[in-house]
Amino acid sequence: MTELHLPWLQLAIALPALGALSLIGLRNHAATQRRTLLCSGLSLACAAGAWLDFGSLHAIAAHDRWSIASRLFGVEFFVIDELNAPLLPMAALISFVTALATLRTKFRHYPFTISLLSETILLATLSCRHSWGIVALLAISVLPPLWELHSRGKPMRVFAIHISFFVTLLVAGWWLVERTTPGTASSSLAFGLLTAAVLLRCGAVPFHCWITDLFEHAAFGTSLLFVTPMVGVYAAVRLLLPTAPDWALQSLALVSIVTAVYAAGMALVQRDGRRFFCYLFLSHSSLVLVGLESATPIGLTGALCLWISVGLALTGFGLTLRAIESRTGRLSLSEFHGLYEHTPTLAAFFLITGLASIGFPGTIGFVGAELLLEGAIGVHPWICLLAVLTAALNGIAVLQAYFRIFTGKRYFPTISLRSRLPERIAVLALAALLLGGGLFPQPGLTSRYRAASELIAARLERLGQRSAMRAASD
Amino acid sequence: MNDEQLFQLLGTSVVACPTLLLTVLGVSSLVGRPLRERTASRLTQGAVATGLLASIGILVLMLITDRRLVELDMGHWLALEKQHFHFTFKFVFDRLSVPFVILSFALCGVTGAFASKYLHREPGYGRFFVLYAMFLLGMVVTSLAGTIETLFAGWELVGLSSALLVGFFHERSAPVRNGLRVWTVYRVADAAFLLATLALHHLAGGGDFGGLMGNSPWPAGHAALTTNQALFVGLLLLVAAAGKSALVPFSGWLPRAMEGPTPSSAIFYGALSVHLGAFLLLRFGPLLEASTLLCVVVVALGLVSAIFGALAARVQTDVKSALAFAALTQVSIIFVEIGCGLRYIALIHIIGHACLRTLQLLRAPTLLHDYHDLENAIGGHLPQQATFWQRIVPAALRRQAFRLAFERGFFDTLLGDYCVRPFLSFFRRCDAMERRWTNFLAGQTSRNAAPLQATGDVADDIQ
Repeated sequence: MTELHLPWLQLAIALPALGALSLIGLRNHAATQRRTLLCSGLSLACAAGAWLDFGSLHAIAAHDRWSIASRLFGVEFFVIDELNAPLLPMAALISFVTALATLRTKFRHYPFTISLLSETILLATLSCRHSWGIVALLAISVLPPLWELHSRGKPMRVFAIHISFFVTLLVAGWWLVERTTPGTASSSLAFGLLTAAVLLRCGAVPFHCWITDLFEHAAFGTSLLFVTPMVGVYAAVRLLLPTAPDWALQSLALVSIVTAVYAAGMALVQRDGRRFFCYLFLSHSSLVLVGLESATPIGLTGALCLWISVGLALTGFGLTLRAIESRTGRLSLSEFHGLYEHTPTLAAFFLITGLASIGFPGTIGFVGAELLLEGAIGVHPWICLLAVLTAALNGIAVLQAYFRIFTGKRYFPTISLRSRLPERIAVLALAALLLGGGLFPQPGLTSRYRAASELIAARLERLGQRSAMRAASD
Repeated sequence: MNDEQLFQLLGTSVVACPTLLLTVLGVSSLVGRPLRERTASRLTQGAVATGLLASIGILVLMLITDRRLVELDMGHWLALEKQHFHFTFKFVFDRLSVPFVILSFALCGVTGAFASKYLHREPGYGRFFVLYAMFLLGMVVTSLAGTIETLFAGWELVGLSSALLVGFFHERSAPVRNGLRVWTVYRVADAAFLLATLALHHLAGGGDFGGLMGNSPWPAGHAALTTNQALFVGLLLLVAAAGKSALVPFSGWLPRAMEGPTPSSAIFYGALSVHLGAFLLLRFGPLLEASTLLCVVVVALGLVSAIFGALAARVQTDVKSALAFAALTQVSIIFVEIGCGLRYIALIHIIGHACLRTLQLLRAPTLLHDYHDLENAIGGHLPQQATFWQRIVPAALRRQAFRLAFERGFFDTLLGDYCVRPFLSFFRRCDAMERRWTNFLAGQTSRNAAPLQATGDVADDIQ
């Protein structure tokens, strides 16, 4: 396998972990945030470096130079390829902007150590192509939110029950997949378990209550970091897509499209800002899974584009909502707040990120949504119809929330509510990516198309091998 | 410089002017440095004047060179060569788009000049002009679109700016609720449009109007679809057009949209955006030719909407609502003309009606003064005489017609009671079930917020 010029991946993963270690015992909150930003920023630079380096190599996959894992275990755990190359900087960026947009008044409450640990695990998961490595990292990734819920003294049973099921299904499913012959009943059971695990991690209906519960009780930033990179989709792409039978992918798509419509409807009737965000996110992330099922180059390219666009757009949307929440307290959507006069910039960002998430023309989401629908219409026209309905409902929900938050009788606060520079930088960076990617989509599209082609080729190769094995056994 | 280069230069100017205007106004607002009133106004006037002159220049040049179709190809915006998948940005100047774009620039220019005085020192002055620029760009892109994707992009910009302008007066809840209502209808229409776009891509292999309806200049052309395919796609486009032009049963949003500032009401709902549905059908004229049934549906919808609009306009108690329904009547008649294949008549009707309605809506705030002047001039009240219909229609039927018109055809009530409310009730019940389920799992109250109620809820805005 080709080598990168520097150990970018290991650095990107290790820097947040080292940062988290350095925060132990540190009592100064401002220093804590500065150190977090430094480590997270360096990690982002390394992840971007890995992407650029990989692009310059023109290889199918590459691993770090001076890889410690391969020397110790003889296995290359961390690999960069077409699929994860842009996902790594995206994940690092999400972590960085979340820390950057944290207001000084919230430093005491925001768990910087946990966020750095989460970033380490997240980047390790997205870099990992080894099946058991992915399973292990996905299992470990649930610990930081649990730790936070525990340390805040919040109810954690809903989250813990769902996540325990997820880990059990994932481990049992993959263990069985490796030990069963394709086409047998036990193999079907294995893929059934694995599909259920992926659905649980992605928050598909009816296994979605843990996400709303997490947003209800954990810090907004922690919840964002846990859900917006969509590692459940990564598990589906790495573990299910290459080997799963068609029925497993179809079940995944069926449940996902139902989730997308259901969550869009639920977003419309929510009166709590966080829950509204949560359902909006669920609706969009489910559409990404729908695209995996079509397994056509266009549909899969659309799903991969949508993954990035939803990740970026809803992170920006969530950060805007979080910035407003940090000024007003928990945000109720039952009344008009009239915040436009005080936070015009946040209002604009709210609209841009919200519209990007629904695939408004001129934003990065438009390309992904169009390709996804284009791929779906040839395979299942009714899925296309439901996806369009979902987009329409989400559009209404976004504007409804905008009107509720920013319009209404003028509010006279005792302190200035204007957005602070770090907040503006964080959301402006995301907005620039959303608009830039929407106006000039070709480079991103080409990259996602190559990733989709490789995934389809890998799937066809595996299925071909499986057919050959079955023919030989017959 | 030869003719072709001149066409390219002028064509690029037509599209670039509103794009630059939106970029400058939008970015300055986004970075927290909004422009001063005078600067914003001058920039707007400059951009509109340049765009208008460029589009008139194209018209003159087309007449001189006797060209009926000029294409401005911006190249592939998206391309997956191996999959034969392309999204192309292309603008066409023909007998449909050139009059429409000139109309857009002219009316936007008039309204912009009016608004710069009308909204002087209004807190949302800058916001109005950002949305105005977005609307202008949307109109120009929609008018000149040479591919269905380009048209969709412009269509969406028009929809968003319209909804935000209806809710322009932030401090009152009625405009905001009405803005959301407009947006909701637009989203339904947009969904139908998006499905039509996808269907056309799937059936014809691309979204280029040349490929879909032949390369002959408008109104000639031949749809590359079978009769049934044309009917299917045409019906989707008709839903989109009906939503945008407020035809039955979507007409409820049109009077509500008058909550916006007068300049935006005049330009968007009285003049330009309300005609976009008709424009869409004119652009897809060959589809109508391919299916007689589709033409019959268009005519029937137009007739029903025209009758309804004429009835409703007579019983409105405020001038802007009366003008809104009068506009609906005329737009519906334009649909009938399109369904009957009278495309040039429809185009002329659009231009005349848009100009008249802009004037009437801009004069609307001074209507009482005008009436007083008139009454002073004749020395008494204006005479109230029974009309022809009042004399021949029985009183009972007139009462029923009055009630129907006064309640605006009960369309809002029907849509609310049979579509929106059951839909929202279902999700409220689901929410209650989820609450019970999470409480059970948590062994305690798992949520901070109170249960959702059927009244006072956020979703009431769209009921």
